[in-house]
Amino acid sequence: MEILQLLISGISQGCVYGLIALGFVLIYKATEMVNFAQGDMMMIGAFTGFTYINLAGLPFVWGVLATIATMAVLGMLLERLVLRPMIGEPPFAVLMITIGLGFVFRAFAGAVWGNEPKSITSPLAGGVFRFGEVTVGYENVTVIVATALLCAALYLFFRFTRLGIAMQAASQNQLAAYYVGIPVKRIFTLVWAMSAAIAAMAGILVAPISLIDPMMGFIGIKAFAAAIVGGFGSLPGAIIGGLVVGIAEQFAGLYGPPGSGDVSAYLILLLMLFIRPEGIFSTLQRKKV
Amino acid sequence: MRFIFKTRYQYDIRIFKHGGQKFWFGLLTVAVLAAPLTLDTFYLGEISLVMVYAIAGIGLMLLVGYTGLVSLGHAAFLAIGAYTHAILITYGVPFALSLIIAAVFSGLIGAIVGLPAMRMTGIYLAIATLAFAFIVEHSIGHMQDLTGGFRGMAVSRPQMFGVDLGAPVAFYFVCLFVLFACMLIAINILRSPVGRAMIGIRDSEISAQSMGIDLAKTKSLAFAISAAFTGLAGGLFAHKLGFLTPDTFTLLLSIQLLLMVVVGGLGSLHGVIFGAIFIGILPQGIAIMRDSLPPAISQIAGLEPGLFGLILVLFLIFEPLGIYGRWRKIRNFFEEFPLYRKATHKRQKSYLRTERVR
Repeated sequence: MEILQLLISGISQGCVYGLIALGFVLIYKATEMVNFAQGDMMMIGAFTGFTYINLAGLPFVWGVLATIATMAVLGMLLERLVLRPMIGEPPFAVLMITIGLGFVFRAFAGAVWGNEPKSITSPLAGGVFRFGEVTVGYENVTVIVATALLCAALYLFFRFTRLGIAMQAASQNQLAAYYVGIPVKRIFTLVWAMSAAIAAMAGILVAPISLIDPMMGFIGIKAFAAAIVGGFGSLPGAIIGGLVVGIAEQFAGLYGPPGSGDVSAYLILLLMLFIRPEGIFSTLQRKKV
Repeated sequence: MRFIFKTRYQYDIRIFKHGGQKFWFGLLTVAVLAAPLTLDTFYLGEISLVMVYAIAGIGLMLLVGYTGLVSLGHAAFLAIGAYTHAILITYGVPFALSLIIAAVFSGLIGAIVGLPAMRMTGIYLAIATLAFAFIVEHSIGHMQDLTGGFRGMAVSRPQMFGVDLGAPVAFYFVCLFVLFACMLIAINILRSPVGRAMIGIRDSEISAQSMGIDLAKTKSLAFAISAAFTGLAGGLFAHKLGFLTPDTFTLLLSIQLLLMVVVGGLGSLHGVIFGAIFIGILPQGIAIMRDSLPPAISQIAGLEPGLFGLILVLFLIFEPLGIYGRWRKIRNFFEEFPLYRKATHKRQKSYLRTERVR
């Protein structure tokens, strides 16, 4: 029973990692940039939700929609103002710029909302389901269901819509995509908006599980581990990587030596990079000259 | 306008490119040697800290600025150096020897971390070093017997041949000597085939490989050298702090080190010094600014890291070559006075082509 219980909390934690990892992968897939600030965008999303639902008193559903819209606009602005000038610069410059952005977001959140942990009043939290001895909180079920739905939607989007395919083309070769008439710049803006919207959803879903505070964005780094394990650039990989990391963390925390719960995500990451750096779902191929 | 006409390879790799450089560096040497005569001990302490940062910065610059590999975990090497040195001198190992062992040990760890670098590029490597830094931070916290765990450990005062090196003036000269030695080593590494290979890898891995450069060997060597410099800086940093805790060596410190090389100017050793001065002055500047700003703004908890982030972003967008790049533009403007053209320093953009197949 204990194992089953751990497995379920691992899965729901893993879904959170997976959700953040989806944001990474989305941006990476479309723009070949790595957004280190994804975790912090989730944090900003959670705080925006807190503002709309708890401070402004909007009904939950409207609050969530408003949060998603606000974050999408933020994502667009970010792309226009900060990342557009970086197109064509070496990838590491982009990496550093997003790290810098993460620090700015954290300071901003600390200034606006303060450093005390907050929680969002949510109809999806509080109750539990019981299956024999195993108890599952509503919030865990919501995370798992929402992740599954989002994943399916994204998969269909990239596989079947014109826009999704254009995004893939833009990511594989910016110049060639531009030549065949894909508005590469507009696509980048859209991708950032989508990724920010996903971050907002992740933020609101995480809020009932762990309280929100300006430092919560650091779980973005564990989500990074998830994205790598899954193979950067693969959407199902991101979710599976998230699950692997989430479950491993729960088990290491209980059965491993003290402190190994926190480190296990990074250990898995390093191990993965040593053994199979391209991830479970490989999307890489050696470049031919 | 000066034109350096190179007719032999020796001219290209000599240390001083022209007489003017000899003059200015001579003047600088006199200035730093004479500094303790005129400056207050507080400022000497601050300058020593800047020099310690600069030593770590040389290491990071060799890796990021010259080999083109990004490390988000250099605070870990600083920590390894600091703890190794602090533990060794408590066991009575002489100061200089222990400093060298700290550098070598962290270099070895660097080589091990650099191993996956052979198979990874760009972001993967950055993330691997990040994970490594977290693991080091946690391991130090949990190795209570050796490192004192999260409670921290005190560092004994540096001594050599019975002379106390902990006093501000003595420590200033220790830092100065080590910095000078490191600078010299770094310059010579960059003149040697290894250094040239590193620059080749930075500019194009494929062309470097085609010209017979062993990518794997050079990359992990670069990692080892970089980690060794940083470990050395760590040893001095331990004395500067006087008390070590794992929370000192967090992601923020790694980012601060990266900020130093980016703000100073990637791909130049001058940049290291500029960058070190910059991040040495910044906390003081922020402290002064706090007093003059309204409390609503100055009381923000994460103000300092936030400002670090903001400066990083602004530099990357507007002056990716950092302070040194700006200085070079200004110098060029005067050197070629009526003929200066803006396009000389135009950055070349490269459009990405992914290696992904799906």
